[in-house]
Amino acid sequence: MNRSLIISSFLHGALILITAMSLPFLAKKPLDIPPIVSVELIQIAEKTNIPFAPKAKKIIEKKKKKKLKEKEKKLVSEQAPPKKVKKTKTKTVVSLDEKKEKIDNQTAEAIPLPDKNVKKIETKKENKQNPDKLDKEVKQVSEFEKKEFVDLDNIAKLIDKAKEDTAEIIKKNNNITQDQDKNIVTSGLTLSEEDALKAQIFGCWSIPLGLPYNEDLLVRIKLMLEPDGSVVKTEILDHARMNKPGQGFFKVLAESALRAVKLCQPLRVPTSGYERWKELQLNFDAREMLEG
Amino acid sequence: MKKNLIILFLLIIFPFKAFALIEVDITRGNLNPLPLAVSPLSIDDKSKTSFKKILKKENIGSEISIIVENNLRTSGLFNPLSKDAFLQAPDIANLKPRFEDWNLIKAQALITGKVTYVNEKLRVEFRLWDILAAKEMMALAFTTVPSNWRRVGHIISDKVYERLTGEKGYFDTRIIYVAEEGPKTQRKKRLAIMDQDGANNKFLTLGNELVLTPRFNPASQMVTYLSYFKNLPRVYLLDIETGTQEVVGDFPGMTFAPRFSPDGKKIIMSFAKDGKSDIYTMDLENRLVEKITNHPSIDTSPSYSPNGKYIAFNSDRSGYQQIYIMKSDGSDVRRISFGNGIYGTPVWSPRGDLIAFTKLHKGNFYIGVMRTDGKGERLLTENYYQEAPSWSPNGRVLIFYRETKTNAKGEGFSAKLWSIDLTGYNERLVETQTDASDPSWSSLLSN
Repeated sequence: MNRSLIISSFLHGALILITAMSLPFLAKKPLDIPPIVSVELIQIAEKTNIPFAPKAKKIIEKKKKKKLKEKEKKLVSEQAPPKKVKKTKTKTVVSLDEKKEKIDNQTAEAIPLPDKNVKKIETKKENKQNPDKLDKEVKQVSEFEKKEFVDLDNIAKLIDKAKEDTAEIIKKNNNITQDQDKNIVTSGLTLSEEDALKAQIFGCWSIPLGLPYNEDLLVRIKLMLEPDGSVVKTEILDHARMNKPGQGFFKVLAESALRAVKLCQPLRVPTSGYERWKELQLNFDAREMLEG
Repeated sequence: MKKNLIILFLLIIFPFKAFALIEVDITRGNLNPLPLAVSPLSIDDKSKTSFKKILKKENIGSEISIIVENNLRTSGLFNPLSKDAFLQAPDIANLKPRFEDWNLIKAQALITGKVTYVNEKLRVEFRLWDILAAKEMMALAFTTVPSNWRRVGHIISDKVYERLTGEKGYFDTRIIYVAEEGPKTQRKKRLAIMDQDGANNKFLTLGNELVLTPRFNPASQMVTYLSYFKNLPRVYLLDIETGTQEVVGDFPGMTFAPRFSPDGKKIIMSFAKDGKSDIYTMDLENRLVEKITNHPSIDTSPSYSPNGKYIAFNSDRSGYQQIYIMKSDGSDVRRISFGNGIYGTPVWSPRGDLIAFTKLHKGNFYIGVMRTDGKGERLLTENYYQEAPSWSPNGRVLIFYRETKTNAKGEGFSAKLWSIDLTGYNERLVETQTDASDPSWSSLLSN
């Protein structure tokens, strides 16, 4: 009797133990975060990874107000990025500045990099990455200012240290994590970059309404682009279809797609990674619109 | 073996990674009308004087371009730009447009041309240019008698429409309709025909007899219609080109809505007899009549599919009037309309993909379309009273008639022709000299 009781208790205990161990594990599975979320996060980080120090920015702004105009000028010149920086982030910042107008035109659909941020990024970088130069500057200003500037650098460094480190690590790995890799292979652009480009072309593409929507209405166009998004060359990939009997509509569709590309240029392309997107394929598919 | 597999795997994977081309799918666009410029057709002074004498038109080149412009605008797919904005003279533009100038006014396409008077004939050449691609898309020339100048404008419109939209145009067509005059209780009804833009209106009958439901032969310029003779309905055939008319036959009882088969060799209609109505066909060559449906219900308004294999009709066999389709021999009858309300006058699109219908629901009339399996019903327009849709030959636009409500004194009644395209947004009044009903759209006069 006792023996049966012990065996029964033991088995029940084992059952409860197994249940407790395995069920939460099973329950966790469906909660796995889909990879696309992490991909997007990383891609955005890639854009915004440029050293960012809001506190330092505030202090700099305060400082600037106090300073004379001459000193401000000096600061700007002093903050010129060193060679090391040019290789990585400074390059991006400079290009952003140069293309300020374009960024403005991109509205909400473009990667959000408002002017303020751009400024912030500049100052921060300079502070962090040019300690030597800053020392020289400090010599030129008063003791009080000196101290503040030193502090500023330190703050900026401290705040941005972590971000810089991660950014550098990412760059060492060719900017590609496993998740990023997946995304780049399939789309090549971040979701926000792709959305910006799509939104631009949607507005330019006048779909010929007479196309037979029960036919294959896909036209693939390969583009060669300049870094500013202007189109150097277009190539219709299924060119043979143009002259096939019964495919007259394809010519109309292809021409409309080419018109859209020309009307839209310069295209809203990412500000960096030109090598990645200097060749781009646009797949125009009118079927969804015409069927709807 | 394992090594080979690994090598194969690497060979497959790595090249893809190395040459992966970034692809972006563009699945949406805008449906805004395409901005285009219709430059007046250039004309030399000598030709201008000649045409002025013959046609009493100051500048026939401008007149033709206005026709083209109006046609393209009414289609709802194009937005012809104001001529005031044009920077280049018509004669120079026709030789070689300065694309930058036309690009400046946001034109995406340009139509230029030249009119000359050659051997007492009108010769028109025109070119269609793609402004963004800076190239010529099409160049054609026509020679005809000067009095045909309006048709030249329509033909140019059709060619441009086809080149830019991918489907045939519908501008070089005519519409036959019943012209109505007089008070509602005593209407004088005459058969009339006009160009699709309302020009060249002609009355074909005198109005002594009641005429109903004229329908064009899709394969020619022949018309069939119903007319009452001594209070009996007769089915007539009328050749628009020659003006000859013949009686197809006297049929027992009431006859409704004769309509041609797609090849024009048969007429399909319904006869009412003994409280029921069935669908019959008549072979126009041997005049043999064949019964297609045999059901104790009221089957009317038959319409062939463009391939001639199916017939759509309406029937009250389910208790109230709905749309059915069947094979052309009367077999395999299937109901396709299942929405609320009463459905009638099904008309198969010349493209074959849709069926237009009239629907009555909660006291309002709708003109709508559905796919041939009855799915995807879309109501395009709603009004107090409207019916009898007829397709443009390209299956893009429907023409129908709409009656207005009379007031308490019985005044204010009118019947007008309206057109609407498949988007449902481009609804237009078709101008007619008199009140009008029962329109039927012809096929293209020139192919």
